[in-house]
Amino acid sequence: MSAVGSPVPQRRRRRDRWLPARLAAAVVIALVTLFPLYWMVVVAFSSRSELLGGTLRLVPRELTLENVRRVLDAFPVAAWVGNSVAISLTVAVLSVTVSMLAGYAFAQLRFPGSTALFLLTVATVMIPLQVIMVPLFRIVTSMGLFGSYWAVILPTAASGFGAFLARQFVLAIPRELLDAARVDGAGHLRIFRSIVLPLSRPLLAVLFFMTLLASWNDLAWPLVALQDNALYTLPIGLLYLQGQLGSDYGGTMAFALITVAPMVLLFLLAQRYFVEGFSRTGIR
Amino acid sequence: MTEALTAYGFLAPSLLLLGTFVFVPLAGAAALSLQRTNGFGDGVWVGFDNYVRLFGDPVFWRATLNTVLFTLVVTPGSMALGLGAAVLLNSVLPARGLFRSVLVLPMAVSGVATALVGVLVFDENSGFANSVLRALGLPAVSWQSGGTAAFVTVVLVTLWWRTGFNMLIYLAGLQGINRELLEAATLDGAGPWQRFRHVVVPMLGPSSFFLVVMNVVYSFQVFDIVFVLTGGGPRNATTVLVTYAYDNGFVVRDQGYAATIGVFLLVVSLAFTWLRWRSSRTRDLVG
Repeated sequence: MSAVGSPVPQRRRRRDRWLPARLAAAVVIALVTLFPLYWMVVVAFSSRSELLGGTLRLVPRELTLENVRRVLDAFPVAAWVGNSVAISLTVAVLSVTVSMLAGYAFAQLRFPGSTALFLLTVATVMIPLQVIMVPLFRIVTSMGLFGSYWAVILPTAASGFGAFLARQFVLAIPRELLDAARVDGAGHLRIFRSIVLPLSRPLLAVLFFMTLLASWNDLAWPLVALQDNALYTLPIGLLYLQGQLGSDYGGTMAFALITVAPMVLLFLLAQRYFVEGFSRTGIR
Repeated sequence: MTEALTAYGFLAPSLLLLGTFVFVPLAGAAALSLQRTNGFGDGVWVGFDNYVRLFGDPVFWRATLNTVLFTLVVTPGSMALGLGAAVLLNSVLPARGLFRSVLVLPMAVSGVATALVGVLVFDENSGFANSVLRALGLPAVSWQSGGTAAFVTVVLVTLWWRTGFNMLIYLAGLQGINRELLEAATLDGAGPWQRFRHVVVPMLGPSSFFLVVMNVVYSFQVFDIVFVLTGGGPRNATTVLVTYAYDNGFVVRDQGYAATIGVFLLVVSLAFTWLRWRSSRTRDLVG
């Protein structure tokens, strides 16, 4: 650190010259990003008269819970929250398990057709749901899943992207470690459970969280698969509620806030692991 | 042999689920695209009639044009914004962690909620966007009834929603760049822009490749924002292939035709990915 030489201090001085500009740019970007969320909160807690009268200020004069109360009274919000929690947690657990198992096979095992199966698995990422939704709807109905959580859970439980990430991650585990276990007589299931899974914790966190988030926020398939009001997840409920309330932005934003808050909080809490795990999964 | 059996065992849950809920329906969609259907009943085989109809359908062409336009704007747009934000937030800055947290926050918000905030902000009468324009003495914009303006709102809302993801990937890429390389460039007399252009950007190649594929795949499949924000309107100005397929499949119930649109979209996405993959491979071989 005590190494002499002018380049370091000089460079530092040059950087400092730009610091105010960079800071200003960062503040502007942050404000632009935060504004829509801030506005959602302001409208959610503003009274109807203020919203209708067009007297809403950037910084509101008074806040009210009337929108939240109205929405909670008129819609089965608790049931929708319960549906979302049950479905997204199940999808996340299933998806992580299925992806890790597949990733291990693709990364560590030799078998006929491995390349073809891997490409097919990854290619599913490219298939928009809207391409397959009509036949998928028929299949789900004929399996008797229609009208239950499973109509949403099973079709979204396997992920080509998840299997891809799992394979990349398992490939990066030092081979000697796995070979040593093999020499000690451990089978693949044992190696998977006691070596690969513990070493994959950052990836497990990323996969779990990504899938939870995607499932919680999913619109397209639940929109088709859940046609019973009582089974709605939060995004479908939000869309339905907006249809009912029309231009009652206060009510719509109050409920939008309820649907968004859990994931935003979780995201802020889990972000550290998320970003870290993401950079260690080999995408860069 | 046992290794192969073990492998198939490990793969079984994934293959079973993808087979049942992706590949079987995909085959079904291909078959359905060759049928004339009425509601949910059985269709009549009509060969390539649906494809012929597709090429004479102005709404289909509008949807294709919109999808391509959307992709051409959103992919470079969100990547440029993401790269700029990543470079900015990778430099020495007070409260850098906080800024990063703020920028990735939209990733946690659902497409429906994002689009509804868009509806709120771009409401022609009471929306914030027009209030600002009026306060600045500018004419209000018909965000909802004007075709181009509606398309712009879809793009703006999408950029807001997607920039954080692009930044995250670029940040991970930036952290993988060897500092010594940048210092060597500085010693060789490269200025900040030259370092960025000739060291940082090439070193971020893998991130960029990944993002191009992810953004194009996303853009081809864009549904939530369009469906909720504009519903494809006004007068199909924001209809994209995926929303058009949805409308045909579940609103008009012309399911054979919906499947045809879907197959077209899939073929285009696969062709693009293949081309992109091939060109990147040649580039790697050359470089």
